Amino acid sequence: MLSVRRLRRPDLLEASLTLADGECLAIRGASGSGKSLLLRAIADLDPNEGEVTLDGVHREDIPAPDWRRQVCYLPAEAGWWADDLGAHFNDWDRASAFFQRLGLEDARKDWPIARLSTGERQRFALSRALAINPRVLLLDEPTSGLDQAAITAVEGLIAERLQTGTGVIWVTHDPVQAERVADRWLYLENGRLRQALPLPGEAVPREPEAPLSSHSAEISGKAVQ
Amino acid sequence: MNAIALSNWDLALAALLIVINGGLSLALSLRLERQLLISTIRMIVQLTLVGLVLTTLFSHVSPLWTSLAALAMIAFAGHEVTARQERRLTGGWSYGLGTGCMLFAAGVVTIFALSTQVSPDPWYHPRYAIPLLGMVLGNTMTGVSLGLHTLTSTLTRERAAVEARLMLGADRHEALLPVTRTAMKAAMMPIINSMAATGLVALPGMMTGQILAGADPAEAVKYQILVMFLIAGGTSIGATGVVLAGGRRLTDARHRLRLDRLQAGKAA
Repeated sequence: MLSVRRLRRPDLLEASLTLADGECLAIRGASGSGKSLLLRAIADLDPNEGEVTLDGVHREDIPAPDWRRQVCYLPAEAGWWADDLGAHFNDWDRASAFFQRLGLEDARKDWPIARLSTGERQRFALSRALAINPRVLLLDEPTSGLDQAAITAVEGLIAERLQTGTGVIWVTHDPVQAERVADRWLYLENGRLRQALPLPGEAVPREPEAPLSSHSAEISGKAVQ
Repeated sequence: MNAIALSNWDLALAALLIVINGGLSLALSLRLERQLLISTIRMIVQLTLVGLVLTTLFSHVSPLWTSLAALAMIAFAGHEVTARQERRLTGGWSYGLGTGCMLFAAGVVTIFALSTQVSPDPWYHPRYAIPLLGMVLGNTMTGVSLGLHTLTSTLTRERAAVEARLMLGADRHEALLPVTRTAMKAAMMPIINSMAATGLVALPGMMTGQILAGADPAEAVKYQILVMFLIAGGTSIGATGVVLAGGRRLTDARHRLRLDRLQAGKAA
């Protein structure tokens, strides 16, 4: 469904990957390795080069707002442009269905954004993104501010979306979560994607001394399960 | 009109007030005397030069020299606008946009007034063209400067909010709208306030000048109202232009926010 070939931001990033319908790809990497930059580039939020297609259609052939509605990026700390909650939802009723699932069933339109906790904001932002019904969700640490119950709720909700064919790229620093939610894993290091390091429970090999060349660091995107 | 002419002695006497000020600053160690002295000298030199320039311009009534003087005024105003920006657009865009918008706004409004309401003969007579342009330009400059400054600083601060809308599929116009509104409000507030307060809080300088020069107060008031309309028109044209063009420059055709087109913060 989603294909990213040689996506480049000079000196920061060069990455290729593919994502199938209903597939969840986890991307791990140390902070500063460029995980958010990669997702932002796929959503075309920063200048970047490369061939990115959705169902065979080139990104450049679609108006950028349409592209971002279909390939929706959810940052770890989403932005809010109005004072009260209601103004951020085009279709409150539709989003309410997600509120129910995420433990936000009391939500009211006149709630001031400034009074929401980090975790509440994160779940409202997820609802806001789900409500526009994107084909691909680019999730950037979507559970970083949540307690265990909320994490379970979010993971359950995303799993359902995967069932309906939505593709998900899930950036997480947590290897256990990556294993739990994703079908396959990639590891981002200095802006280059590599096959995932072994998961917990397996021996972690030493990093190779010599940096991989950018060519060999490119991942064909084949499933590595 | 029979204005009471001022002699140099009259001015010297009035300058005593500044001398007293400087003395106070010295006596109380306020450390204002240096700045006070410099700005007093600047004021005297600049105004005397302007007087000479205007006298020459008025005696020639040349369209060439009048338009050169007008362009010089606009170029200085562009410099002022750029100097007041905390975060400038890269590559001279701050100066270009600011100057371009002022040239258009002040030019259109001044020519409109000269060709209709004031209509001297010839229409470009510097006795009318230069003062009108000066009043319109001075206020348009404030509006353009405030509008551009508020646009860039609010966009920098509200980056996450603007990008949140872009991420959800808003186009750049929609995503920038709250910031555009804030910038326009900041640009228009001075003229809106001064129209609301004028006459009650302070007598406008131009009207006061006409009255001191012996004009009928009712006539002076009419002139002042005309000037207020011209100023409001110039300010809104200039501010709208610079805020919309600045917003376009800080986004791109792929509807991305391009804060990389701003220079890093520089103390204003």
